[in-house]
Amino acid sequence: MSLLRLDGVTKCFGGLTAVNNFSTELAPGELCALIGPNGSGKTTIFNLITGIYTPTAGRITFNGTDITGKRPDIIASLGVARTFQNIRLFNGLDVLGNVLVGHHLRLRSDPFSAILRAPNYAREEKEMRQEAMELLGALSLDHLAHEDATSLPYGQQRKLEIARALATRPRLLLLDEPAAGMNPGESEELMRFIPHILDAFDLTIFLIEHQMRVVMGICPRIIAIDHGETIAEGPPEAIQNNPRVIEAYLGVGEYA
Amino acid sequence: MMKITRNRILTLITLVVFAGFLAYSQATFNPYILRIMNLCAIFTIFAVTFNLVYGYTGQFSLGHAGFAAVGAYTAALLTMTPVQKELNFFLEPIVPVLANVQWPFLPAMLLGGVLAAVVGFLIGWPALRLRGDYLAIATLGFGEIIRVLFVNMQRVTNGSLGLKGIPEYTNVYWSWGLALVTIFVTKRLVDSSYGRALKAIRDDEVAAEALGVKLSYHKILAFTLSSFFVGIAGALLANLISTIDPKVFLFFLTYQVVGITVMGGMSSLTGSTVSACLYTVFLEALRPVESPFSIGPLRVPGVPGMRMVIFSALLLLVILFYRRGLFGQAEFSWDWFFEKTSALRARLGRTGKTAPAPSIESEEEERP
Repeated sequence: MSLLRLDGVTKCFGGLTAVNNFSTELAPGELCALIGPNGSGKTTIFNLITGIYTPTAGRITFNGTDITGKRPDIIASLGVARTFQNIRLFNGLDVLGNVLVGHHLRLRSDPFSAILRAPNYAREEKEMRQEAMELLGALSLDHLAHEDATSLPYGQQRKLEIARALATRPRLLLLDEPAAGMNPGESEELMRFIPHILDAFDLTIFLIEHQMRVVMGICPRIIAIDHGETIAEGPPEAIQNNPRVIEAYLGVGEYA
Repeated sequence: MMKITRNRILTLITLVVFAGFLAYSQATFNPYILRIMNLCAIFTIFAVTFNLVYGYTGQFSLGHAGFAAVGAYTAALLTMTPVQKELNFFLEPIVPVLANVQWPFLPAMLLGGVLAAVVGFLIGWPALRLRGDYLAIATLGFGEIIRVLFVNMQRVTNGSLGLKGIPEYTNVYWSWGLALVTIFVTKRLVDSSYGRALKAIRDDEVAAEALGVKLSYHKILAFTLSSFFVGIAGALLANLISTIDPKVFLFFLTYQVVGITVMGGMSSLTGSTVSACLYTVFLEALRPVESPFSIGPLRVPGVPGMRMVIFSALLLLVILFYRRGLFGQAEFSWDWFFEKTSALRARLGRTGKTAPAPSIESEEEERP
């Protein structure tokens, strides 16, 4: 059974059709990439899956539940986490605080026990902190736990955003251009890091990426879209040589 | 661990000293000084609650005056004697339910807070879907609606005639006691997991929601809790000044609260407290500029409202030189205090002077 299923998903902004009749399925444990030129609707698809946008038409099913048009926080609590193209860390919180926000959705104590630091809250807070530190340790960010989130180097900020998403204990992780702005060394590390967390956290990963080296290197399956429509789907070699993909990226060849 | 115990003991000592100071002032200070001290506490509550909604949750709400009015009128009507009510309501008689009730201060004040919280919840529920300026305008509008309702509900609020002869129950124990409770509750909330969620909403709503933070639940939580304490402060105000009418709760009150909080620093409860006290004291100290005075040969006529001009100028200076307010996001803590004093001692030690006795500001919040 597929973990994520999109059926004929369409999203229009006024007269512009950003995503047109997009369908795909992700099996549990899969690592799949979504590529396409700028403005082809990749991030819109992520926003539709995570509930930031409501589809104009179509159905999105996650783990057997229809999540079409559900609120982002509900979709997150069902097990979908994401990172953002332009890093969106909480600058008023430290590194640990950012990760702890990802734990908040599992908190059972009510606000009054939190204010009174009642035993049930104190226990949950302690567990939360322990788990958050373990998570930071697993991503070797633990030595930065009390730094300001936004004072971290760029690559670390990207990693922290992933850590924060992992704290919600997702089954599906959506990574929006994780290698954007990274230097070759950092993206090299990311190429090892993504397959690592896929196994370590028992995830399914759907990622948008522009750096073809990263995509071709780690993703067994690639979906290419242009103007909100799927133009090709398959393993890296097939995508690389697909004429429609080449056309979308480079335009049609003109011979004089 | 040692440090935590030390800090707890110091906090306890400070609280005891502060309680002693309150007892001493209530017994010996003249009513004028006591009134200023009470106002300091009331404005502290206003500023801390505004900070909870704006500084920590990032929701720019301007409904403070309205919620304070709800608390003030509730407490006033419940604590006034039936005789006083009859004297007040000479245009139209008071509604029969309220005519003969007379409650002690505490339950009246609590009900004032609860009603303000209910109104806050009802307003916050739809209004908190709005963002930024739109929320500010909506809450400002609701605040005005409450005031206009109070002007027109002649048989309940006595309209624009206001209420006179409210028993003066508020003393420094009530006002500072409740200010400390407000600070304590707010501090505990913003330091908890819920507080992290509030700060996450402030910093980035989209990211917070994508991490499973329920936006409206948390916004309404902060807003309702804040309204509760604003209602309490309104009740303290009514039973301090003993005469209230709808004009007390004009937008000007909210404006003052915003000014105080910005001056103290967003997301700093220490800042709100210090700033509220400074503001109240300054405003009293500046009273002479509103009466005629002379500078050398120059005679200056008294200009009503001159104090606010000076206060505005001061606020501008603070914003120019301390862009993030006096305290920014910093909070007083004993660790910080010892760090500073030992640094100071080291510096003075080098120049061969003796360190001055460290002065402890007693209104500071406790640290867990």
